[in-house]
Amino acid sequence: MTTTLASTMQAAIFELSLALGDDALVLGHRLTEWSSRAPMLEEDIALSNLGLDLIGQARLFYTYAGEVEGKGRREDDLAYFRDAAAYRNLLIVELEIGDFAHTIARQFLYAAFVHPYFQALAKSGDARLAEIAAKAVKEMAYHLRHASEWMIRLGDGTAESKRRVTSALDDLWGYTDEMFEVMPGERALIAAGNAPDRTAIKPKWAATVDAVLREATLTRPADRGMQSGGRQGRHTEALDHMLAEMQVLARQHPGATW
Amino acid sequence: MVAVELGQDDDLARAAVVAAAVLDPEIPVITLEDLGVFRGAVRRQGRVIVTLTPTYTGCPATAAIQFAVEAALLKAGLADARVETVLSPPWTTDDITEAGRAKLLAYGIAPPNQSTPHGLFAEDAVACPRCGATTTTKLSEFGSTACKALWRCDACREPFDYFKCHR
Ligand SMILES: [Zn+2]
Repeated sequence: MTTTLASTMQAAIFELSLALGDDALVLGHRLTEWSSRAPMLEEDIALSNLGLDLIGQARLFYTYAGEVEGKGRREDDLAYFRDAAAYRNLLIVELEIGDFAHTIARQFLYAAFVHPYFQALAKSGDARLAEIAAKAVKEMAYHLRHASEWMIRLGDGTAESKRRVTSALDDLWGYTDEMFEVMPGERALIAAGNAPDRTAIKPKWAATVDAVLREATLTRPADRGMQSGGRQGRHTEALDHMLAEMQVLARQHPGATW
Repeated sequence: MVAVELGQDDDLARAAVVAAAVLDPEIPVITLEDLGVFRGAVRRQGRVIVTLTPTYTGCPATAAIQFAVEAALLKAGLADARVETVLSPPWTTDDITEAGRAKLLAYGIAPPNQSTPHGLFAEDAVACPRCGATTTTKLSEFGSTACKALWRCDACREPFDYFKCHR
């Protein structure tokens, strides 16, 4: 492999690790917003724990991204010292938590994608990505199960719970296509066997979504007005607000320890 | 899965024994070896390296475990030994030893099932750690820590923690 090819591959691994870290961190942070205000104690603990899983995954991806980049950036530098425009997360994970049905529907749509994605990434030729994915896939299996059970409970529950989860699905559906968008640098990784092809994950995702929605007596929304831009740093205002709160302490007191 | 190069290397052997015997901070009746997170001790470039693996990636106890091992090594006079975290192969509840399972049970925590498939909608059957009855009900998927679920025995009516299957 020539130096140029090798450095292109390194750059792509950095981009992918960063994007996966951003997805996990932003969604993890959103979940922790439920801490102390979930509709019941069990879910308060559940959502906080799911958030912790994601933040743990983000740390692994960030640490690797920093190492691959080779500029000395560590996990905290990547999490706290980048503005929204430098974040590469999917739009779906940054949207405000909304009501409980919105949070559950997002967790379901995301976990139904990332679970098979990590299964495939665990076979990556890049040993580090493979081992992080092999670790994370076990956690995402749990997230998927938790969210699926709630989708069924809400969809096949009361008229009010059905109305809310239906509305959540409608609001979120337009953000699902972005999960299957292949980033420019990702093509080389896919060709080299270092990353799975996102488009190949879509049938598995769709099968899971359809099976759960059927049991939840919910209808799959129509594909229209599909949004994207997160991978290019074009985010909604919601991310600015979230990062402002998340980053304020680290920026006011850089390098603080306690 | 505990790999220790024994022989003439007393410090290495001692580091392994010390680290393996550190108690889990959240379930202080089982050791890191029982829990399956102690992966071994090796010498690299003259230095003793103790390797651990995390349970869940976001488990808040991971850092506490590392500190506890470092403190134990220091106390044993092995100030130069270092602790490293490895991810692969990923930890599963199958890594909990038989001794660990027995200690969990004696402590009142139902040990993780070893045969349940972890598919969507799969439901665990869990025996009560107090009376052994299998007529039990899951109260909450999440208990006092991420790795435990809260169950209740329908026979003796006592609530109990179940160490969830993770594989
Ligand atoms: Zn009982």
